[in-house]
Amino acid sequence: MDSQNTSDKFPVGVIGAGVFGTAVANLLAENRDVILYSRRPEVADNILVKRMNRGQKINERIKPTSSIEEITSRCTLIFPVVSSSSFREMIKTFSPFLRPDHILIHGTKGLDVRLKEGETLTEKSQINRKIIRTMSEIILQETEVMRVGCLAGPNLASEIALGHPAASVVASRFDEVIREGQRALRSKRFQVFGNHDITGVELAGVLKNVIAIASGALSGLGYGENARALLISRGMVEMVHIGKLMGGEPKAFFGLAGVGDLIATCSSEKSRNFSVGFRLAKGEKIEDILRSMDEVAEGVNTVRVSHAFIHGAKTRAPMTETIYKCLFGGMTVKEGVDYLMNLPLGTDLDYFS
Amino acid sequence: MSEQKHTRTGWLYEPLFPDIRTWPIYQLTKDRDAFLKQVKEAAFNAVKEQTKTTQGLNEELAKTYYLERIRVKTNAWAADKKDEGPFWEGVKKKLLKLSPENEKTPDLNEDKILESIIDRYTEEIAGFFSPAAYNFAKEATTFGFARLLNASEGKGISRFWKTRHNLHEKIRLQGELEQIRSLAKKGTLIMVPTHFSNLDSILIGWAIQSLGLRPFLYGAGLNLFGIGILAFFMSRLGAYKVDRRKKNMIYLETLKTYSTIGMLRGCNSLFFPGGTRSRSGAIETKLKLGLLGTAMEAQRLNFLNNPEKPAKLFVVPVVFNYNFVLEAPSLIDEHLKRTGQQHYFRENDDYSTSYKMAKFMIKFFTKSSEMSISFGKCIDLFGNPVDNDGNSIGKNGEHIDIKRYFMTNGVFTRDPQRDAEYTKMLGDEIVKRFHSESRVFASHLVAFVGFELIRKRYKKLDIYAVLRLPEEDQKLTYLEFTNGVSRLLDRLREMAANGEVHLYHELEIPEIDTIIETGLKNLGMYDAKRPLYKSKDGFIMSEDFNLLFFYHNRLEGYGLAKYI
Repeated sequence: MDSQNTSDKFPVGVIGAGVFGTAVANLLAENRDVILYSRRPEVADNILVKRMNRGQKINERIKPTSSIEEITSRCTLIFPVVSSSSFREMIKTFSPFLRPDHILIHGTKGLDVRLKEGETLTEKSQINRKIIRTMSEIILQETEVMRVGCLAGPNLASEIALGHPAASVVASRFDEVIREGQRALRSKRFQVFGNHDITGVELAGVLKNVIAIASGALSGLGYGENARALLISRGMVEMVHIGKLMGGEPKAFFGLAGVGDLIATCSSEKSRNFSVGFRLAKGEKIEDILRSMDEVAEGVNTVRVSHAFIHGAKTRAPMTETIYKCLFGGMTVKEGVDYLMNLPLGTDLDYFS
Repeated sequence: MSEQKHTRTGWLYEPLFPDIRTWPIYQLTKDRDAFLKQVKEAAFNAVKEQTKTTQGLNEELAKTYYLERIRVKTNAWAADKKDEGPFWEGVKKKLLKLSPENEKTPDLNEDKILESIIDRYTEEIAGFFSPAAYNFAKEATTFGFARLLNASEGKGISRFWKTRHNLHEKIRLQGELEQIRSLAKKGTLIMVPTHFSNLDSILIGWAIQSLGLRPFLYGAGLNLFGIGILAFFMSRLGAYKVDRRKKNMIYLETLKTYSTIGMLRGCNSLFFPGGTRSRSGAIETKLKLGLLGTAMEAQRLNFLNNPEKPAKLFVVPVVFNYNFVLEAPSLIDEHLKRTGQQHYFRENDDYSTSYKMAKFMIKFFTKSSEMSISFGKCIDLFGNPVDNDGNSIGKNGEHIDIKRYFMTNGVFTRDPQRDAEYTKMLGDEIVKRFHSESRVFASHLVAFVGFELIRKRYKKLDIYAVLRLPEEDQKLTYLEFTNGVSRLLDRLREMAANGEVHLYHELEIPEIDTIIETGLKNLGMYDAKRPLYKSKDGFIMSEDFNLLFFYHNRLEGYGLAKYI
């Protein structure tokens, strides 16, 4: 389209210099100049001096900054990659600087819940979709930006950093956003697919983290691949079930962002969500595990949100409910597995009906 | 509620632009040849762009011929031109000549055939504007409406000549009237009303006049042009003709182009985004985006063609609030047939004669119950609110430069897929505003509660079974009914406080019994069978459950059922 000639003169922005943000910045830097924003000036300074961050080498085309003004005025295409718990705050801070011609493609796999003042999610909580926001919905709600997309797929930051081949999905209602995302990210070692169902893709990326925790737990108990295959395929059923209720099309779950990401995270000890499950199965307490991690395991919060949502929707999702009990309800992982194995059988695949 | 003031002439406001000769809609007629030429050329290009190749165009022409032939044979209307048959026969002959086995004829190609079809469509669609007819219609409607109205009040011959102010007491114009008048001076207005009744078209015309606005470019159903006197006026008031039977791409492109260029030339435009009247009685939740898309295109072209002083388009959501809908029985009947899996529906010709039309109007004006037309806050084409000076206001209170929505990497880009998505998002915003601008009447309230209480009692039955219940099973005690009304009222008041809906003044009193009485009195007062009434032995009952369902649907879409 007409835009192709002009996009290269603008650098691409990345908001958030965490592990994944840094990996995305390095990927982008293979094609274009990149401005990497960190909220903390000392992080930006450190990157500038050491050219290293979060264990990754920093491409020379990356310029770190802690100035919102700089990244928003110089970039029209920006990738926000911060944890879901700080996403809304970040977007609110950025909002006055964002214009209608900005394109935002986020890479955050979490959900935001708007609870009443002083309220927290408990075992008894029931919530409906109206108070749950995906990250793209937060952007639409808090800014004038309409061209929103999301980046999802099996992208373990450490493997991307090693330069292994990988692929991702850019989902957006807008062809233009997909096109711009592909142009910015594609390289010899990185494929980028497009998808129009942004909600479905976001939810697939979010909900798979729950199953990843369970997968880690199975490994922690020393179980092998039969158990994992059982978990992954039945986990898919549950993801699609919940995803559909939250407004995603089942199709998105069978793509790279769904089943692809699920397989990667469920098999990898490098995944944060996986290691939460693993350590839980080894008998550690959830508070201790979370305290020791330097970045958020999104799955833990997603379990809470999903659990309350399932109750609100008056439906059942046995895996999610059991994982919830293992994380917050005092059930041991072994008890959880026994419980699931003794459930009466349902049909194998029911999401096509 | 404060009484609305009126001008000396009986309208709510003085006209903003008294000189007709300056009106864009009048200019269209003055400059008619150039205007139509512009439409034809742009429509031609649009079709060519979509069909891409000669082969593609040939297929589209053949498809159009096929669809039109069926229409001419099976669904002719009084308003149709007499030479429909011969024209399409001619198209067929030309298409045959172009088939590969025939020798090439000079001066004949796909483009020529396309031109002839677009030419015909454009001439058919185009309306014109006559100041004399306009002035006459203006006087006649006020006079006529007021006489009809007064005929129902008071006694004796004098009642005919009472002051005309009554009309504004019966039909209240509510909402952002000042803002609309202010924006009418700053840019082009796109008015998008809900659609419940055939009366909507007439009342909105009157309301626009009453606000002192210039007349709007408006697409009226071609069937209406088959009715003598109505056709005479509509065709002279700038209304263009929309034929819902023609669904072929060439026709739709021509129609859309007509609308776009009308807006580009500064004409205020009006269309019912729901497409047709709401069959179920519910506020529209799905809009037809075709004409809305033409506004998006006009806005883009305004920025592109006139970067120095681009005209801005403002969308005005409008909601009609009725106590009763004259066509309710036939509408709900159609709705139930449709949802009941009966698939094919012929677009019917409702007002087939001037007589039916007149009868309809007389009934409306002589039944004494109020109605209101609420005008919502104006938004730009991206759903942002605008202030009275026409600035789009962002989430942080700043002014938004909306031309940037059409820009990528610092330059203007043309991207129909992007603009179609913007249009969908605008549609969602309009639906949201329809719901929040709607005025809840006491009659809506009682209908909703009456129906939901019965439905709750038979949870296991589907809607069709509930509607078929014998009358004695649809009885409610007054106590359970009052409790339901009171619970729903609490919820509605809460929502009104959050700006999610508006309550009509009759609901702002504490006495539940009075509210119920008002509601029952007004609900479907025209209908032969009362949708809901209080029986002599004190039960709440219905004589026509389908109708009650229809009126109940007005409050669908707010998630209210669980509060009863």
